[in-house]
Amino acid sequence: MELYINQFIFSVYPYVAGSIFIFGSLLRFERGQYTWRAMSSQMLTPRSKAFRWASVAFHVGILLLFFGHLVGLLTPTWLYEGIGLSASAKQLAAMIAGGLFGLLCLYGITYLLWRRLFVPAVRANSAVMDTFIICLIWLQLATGLGTIVVSTGHLDGHTMQQLAHWAQHIVTFRSGAHEFVLGVPWVYKSHIFLGMIMFTAFPFSRLVHIWSWPWAYTRRRYQIVRQH
Amino acid sequence: MKIRAQIGKVLNLDKCIGCHTCSVTCKNVWTSREGMHYAWFNNVETKPGIGYPKEWENQDRWNGGWVRDDGGRLRPKIGGRWRVLANIFANPDMPSIDDYYEPWDYDYQHMQAAPDAPTMPTARPRSVITGKRMEKIEWGPNWEEILGTEFKHRSKDYNFEGVQKDIYGQFENTFMMYLPRLCEHCLNPSCVAACPSGAIYKREEDGIVLIDQDKCRGWRMCVSGCPYKKIYYNWKSGKSEKCTFCYPRIEVGQPTVCSETCVGRIRYLGVMLYDADRIQEAASVPNEQDLYEAQLDIFLDPFDPEIIAEARRQGISDDWLDAAKASPVYKMAVDWKVAFPLHPEYRTLPMVWYCPPLSPIQSAAETGKIGYNGEIPDVESLRIPVRYLANLLTAGEEKPVLLALERMLAMRAFMRSRHVDGEENLPVLERVGMTVEMVEDMYRYMAIANYEDRFVIPTNKREYAKSIYDGFSERGGCGFTFGSGCDYTGQSNADVFGGKPNSRRKFFPIRVEKTGDSQTPKEVEHTPWRRG
Repeated sequence: MELYINQFIFSVYPYVAGSIFIFGSLLRFERGQYTWRAMSSQMLTPRSKAFRWASVAFHVGILLLFFGHLVGLLTPTWLYEGIGLSASAKQLAAMIAGGLFGLLCLYGITYLLWRRLFVPAVRANSAVMDTFIICLIWLQLATGLGTIVVSTGHLDGHTMQQLAHWAQHIVTFRSGAHEFVLGVPWVYKSHIFLGMIMFTAFPFSRLVHIWSWPWAYTRRRYQIVRQH
Repeated sequence: MKIRAQIGKVLNLDKCIGCHTCSVTCKNVWTSREGMHYAWFNNVETKPGIGYPKEWENQDRWNGGWVRDDGGRLRPKIGGRWRVLANIFANPDMPSIDDYYEPWDYDYQHMQAAPDAPTMPTARPRSVITGKRMEKIEWGPNWEEILGTEFKHRSKDYNFEGVQKDIYGQFENTFMMYLPRLCEHCLNPSCVAACPSGAIYKREEDGIVLIDQDKCRGWRMCVSGCPYKKIYYNWKSGKSEKCTFCYPRIEVGQPTVCSETCVGRIRYLGVMLYDADRIQEAASVPNEQDLYEAQLDIFLDPFDPEIIAEARRQGISDDWLDAAKASPVYKMAVDWKVAFPLHPEYRTLPMVWYCPPLSPIQSAAETGKIGYNGEIPDVESLRIPVRYLANLLTAGEEKPVLLALERMLAMRAFMRSRHVDGEENLPVLERVGMTVEMVEDMYRYMAIANYEDRFVIPTNKREYAKSIYDGFSERGGCGFTFGSGCDYTGQSNADVFGGKPNSRRKFFPIRVEKTGDSQTPKEVEHTPWRRG
């Protein structure tokens, strides 16, 4: 039974979550673009430096964490070993970078979570999904930082490689990905699981604004004239 | 030369009585929705005052509009493109709800549902943002109405720049005027330039600046970029919204709601032709005081046969060209030079212009201490300082404002002597460089102001505009909704992707409880407001 659950969560559910993430996003963009926005609540509370610092720290932190995971998990072993980086050194680098970015992000999101739950103007204008998402990200961050603590107990890079194999098997559609994570501590497993919940909730929440990084702005002319 | 046409607007402040009909009819049509309670696409401010939102004219504080760098190039004052993107996670230049005002509603139902009680029931205010009781209202949409609040507060008004303002705090010297404000539908809009999503655009056929509600992602840079603070963030939909110049009405040849309902008949709508190739040049002139002339300079003469031929060649239809000839906006702005852009120093080339208001002659003039300047009173002796008006309308350059005020005074003097004394007072016209024909026209448009003269709006052409407002497809429609069709009950979400249920108010009547021994009724209030 435990094996079955592990197999479901780590070999099957990633594809379910990924499909919902991608097709849900496409569908929402196509069918309900009016609802596609960042949903800022900045203006509901008086202008404050504390909010600005927290919001910037959260966003910068989580972006760095995302790209850190992307590079860290998906770089093949032969590539970083080829450039002379041992697994244990890479793990140390990941722990330090992840720890710093994680703390930055934690500072930001803790403020934002407090604001969402306890500032009346924000609370009154929060949908259930808004509160759920911010709690989810906070938990995700907590388990992520928890893995760093656990990792200090085994610095050989083996666990990290197991997780990387899992991720690489998933994205390359190879079977048996769950076997790599059977032996890792629960805190890693819960971090992965929460991450997949986040992908599942993505198209139904304000998170869709992540897709809308306005890169085109840097290259367009200032004025736009449209002919109807 | 790229000829474009725009429906421009003039507001004759001399006749504004500050009744707020424009604001209220606009609100009823466009912003009586959740998330937009605080927004007034059109509002009327009493000047001098800091306005709505607070100190909107202070661009050191809000960073709206454009700045010209040393190389003569323009960039939004909030920063160049990378700077805008760097601030995307938390916008430092955005007013918060307190800078507008916290919108509220009253417990009206309590007036009917209140039980027997020793005191009259009252409808107490309640915040529509938090749903909580507001014990004291500190600021509102029109807090400075008719010189409300202390002078020391109002005198932060940016237009006092260069004016010895302290004497205007004294009762004998005080002055006021109304300033109705709406989106300026600028030729060089800084909101468009500030939008990271590219959702805001200017319509080619009539110059109306609109926000594509589907493309808007709610980054809110337009709110900061607009120096007039006429874009509002809807915290309910997460999108920015702005004055639409009532485009569905304009397209079918009707005036905007604010213009149609203006009881003072101060609003004029008409076609302006301009050279789109010279917008950048006009907006970048080095001296701010030249901006008014520079903008006048790119307007094209609709009577010039060469312009007409070129406009036809570029696809502007004949009824638009005819409308341009009859345009009241052209007459007031270009022919008579009695209308001016609002704060041209923002370099946005606004297209809603204003006739400066005349004001009572200070008592000193009437008792003969200040002489009449020939036939008309010396404009300097008007109650509103000319410099104040110049700061508002011509970046501080007084000469054009003086001429406009003199022309308006001359028109009065001329028509008074014609109708009262039965004389043609020609010297008064010569002094201000006008002819009898001109002043008769001016009288017809500005004093009589018939409907057909105020609004000369050609309809949009299907042949030229592909998807104009189609009345037939709107049959039985529900106007502006959150995408939930005609369901106004607030029970349905827009869709599964995060449309929020509208808040519902539930009222629980106040119960009167008898307290044990004293037999005095005690009001017990139960949470009367729940969020859905």
